[in-house]
Amino acid sequence: MALLEIQNVTRRFGDFTAVDNVSIDIEAGEFFTLLGPSGCGKTTLLRMIAGFDLPDGGSILLKGEDLVDRPPERRPMRMVFQSYALFPHMTVESNVAFPLQMAKVPAADIPAKVEAALEDVRLTGFGKRYPHELSGGQRQRVAIGRALVTHPSVLLLDEPLAALDAKLREEMQIELINLQKEVGITFVYVTHDQTEALALSHRIAVMNKGRVEQLDEPSKIYGFPKTRFVADFIGHINLLSGSVSERRDSVVTIAVDGLGPVRVTTASQLPVGRPGTIALRPEKIRIEATAPADSPDNHYRGTVSELLYMGDVTVYKVATPGGTRIEALLANSQSGRAKFFEVGDAVEMSWAVDAGHFIEE
Amino acid sequence: MAARTASRLGRWVVSGPPLLYLIVFFAIPSLIMVLASFRTPGDFGGLAPLIEEGKLDLNLDSYARFFSESVYAQIFLKSFWYALATTLFCLLLAYPLASLIARSSKRYRDLLLLLVILPFWSNFLIRVYAWMIILGPNAALARTVNGVLAWFGHEPVPLLFSAFAVLVCLVYVHLPFMVLPLYANLEKHDQALLDAAQDLGANAWKRFWRITFPLSLPGVYAGAALVFIPAFGIFAIPDILGGPDNSLIGNVIKQQFLETRDWPFGSVLSIVLTVTALVLAGLAAWVARRNLGTPSSAKESRA
Repeated sequence: MALLEIQNVTRRFGDFTAVDNVSIDIEAGEFFTLLGPSGCGKTTLLRMIAGFDLPDGGSILLKGEDLVDRPPERRPMRMVFQSYALFPHMTVESNVAFPLQMAKVPAADIPAKVEAALEDVRLTGFGKRYPHELSGGQRQRVAIGRALVTHPSVLLLDEPLAALDAKLREEMQIELINLQKEVGITFVYVTHDQTEALALSHRIAVMNKGRVEQLDEPSKIYGFPKTRFVADFIGHINLLSGSVSERRDSVVTIAVDGLGPVRVTTASQLPVGRPGTIALRPEKIRIEATAPADSPDNHYRGTVSELLYMGDVTVYKVATPGGTRIEALLANSQSGRAKFFEVGDAVEMSWAVDAGHFIEE
Repeated sequence: MAARTASRLGRWVVSGPPLLYLIVFFAIPSLIMVLASFRTPGDFGGLAPLIEEGKLDLNLDSYARFFSESVYAQIFLKSFWYALATTLFCLLLAYPLASLIARSSKRYRDLLLLLVILPFWSNFLIRVYAWMIILGPNAALARTVNGVLAWFGHEPVPLLFSAFAVLVCLVYVHLPFMVLPLYANLEKHDQALLDAAQDLGANAWKRFWRITFPLSLPGVYAGAALVFIPAFGIFAIPDILGGPDNSLIGNVIKQQFLETRDWPFGSVLSIVLTVTALVLAGLAAWVARRNLGTPSSAKESRA
């Protein structure tokens, strides 16, 4: 039995369905992420798990017990708010002690527990400070320490890193991974940042318009998106749409408008004539100045129309004679040269039959 | 150089008139009052000549009188209790009202605030006289109360010209001064803090007592000062609605100037009143700062 079971949960606001028949099982000790654009229902779902909102349909079970009759203060879960929601009139110590006092932990035991929680989030010695005397990252850690001090069975995190700058965010991501491993508490994490979701999670539920589009491990979400939405939302991708023109064994050929036939390996049994899409990551595409020596499965000509030099990599946008634009990415790892091509250069693009991923829509 | 002179001139043009106003109508009269407190009362009221027989006539007689006759200290104490009771009742009534307004939807908020300040549209004395009618012996309120008392075999009680009438009107008149600063504070509270407190296990009472109330203390102190200080020195309400036993220090001061015509003693009482109010306000500010940790954390909680 899963630790947290979300069963057919629906939440409507007037005519708008914020969460639409969502079912998710979250295992004990898991780092689970709800990922999606703003308005996809991820925060509404998190607030329903915490108890701030109740589902219109379906149920939420913790260890098999329906939580519907439990208000937030009686759910063994803690939430880390995007704004941290630290109590400004209390010191760091008092903030962390607050949930212990609410749980009627004997006063004599509180200081040791507070100290341990502060140590967990690497804030030993900051107990006497007020929240406004801390940096953003330190406040974030107080919020996490305060949520973890009572050892809840689930920690709910609502975009906790959104307010931090990029470098600090990366540090905090590593800290979160380590902390979750250390305390072994189930994390349910809400974010709209796909790189964050990929970096942190054991499993990700990608949400769109109140529904779960795909629930999988990060590498599956990235490498094998089930829907156009997931493919498009997670990272950069080329979506080549057309209809199935031929199928032989496990290889399907799609006639892509403006490009020509593209072959891809798939287990899909979609019959000839039906529309399909190939999702192709920019880094899977080879681009060269001359025609490739081997005979690759997919090979096209084009002209570099735009490029974005990013330091470690360069993104090339290649226009084909048919008018399709394909994004390719090359690592600038070879010594002695900054980049390979300039705008206007004619290039040869190629990729293997198993480089792309077939989506039935 | 010319620009700097012009800007200095500009500053004086802007700040000069209010400064002049305060000097003429506040600082100078206050000084006159301080001076008067050291002088001798005139035979037929007012002040005796400052220089008599070539000698400067300044003395501490009026101060000595204040400290030797305990009746004045008692009236001060009584005024203090009335002002304190007024402040507490105002707080008890204003807090739920202010938090209701702060939590109501934007649409009704302005209307509700307008209703709070609506009494200011009519004259203060008219509102006090209105209470004479409301509390009068033939009004519905007194009849109902005394009817109920008669049921229990109790003698009828007069509502008007009593401590009750004075206190009711004091609370009524000062209530908006408590509601407005409290509302201004409560309206800025962050709902996320209450959500967090609830998530961390706090029930409704604990959320109020540990989060909302401490964060509202700047508003409470501001409201308390705005109610306590004027209530401490008030004379019109006990004059109109109080009985002979309900005279407060404001009445005594008025009496000293207008009836007894002992200006020096009236000045002494005024000075003691002002100093007491200032000391209490300073004390409240000091307590407020201590309760809220550092001044900057108080600032943040107000923001």
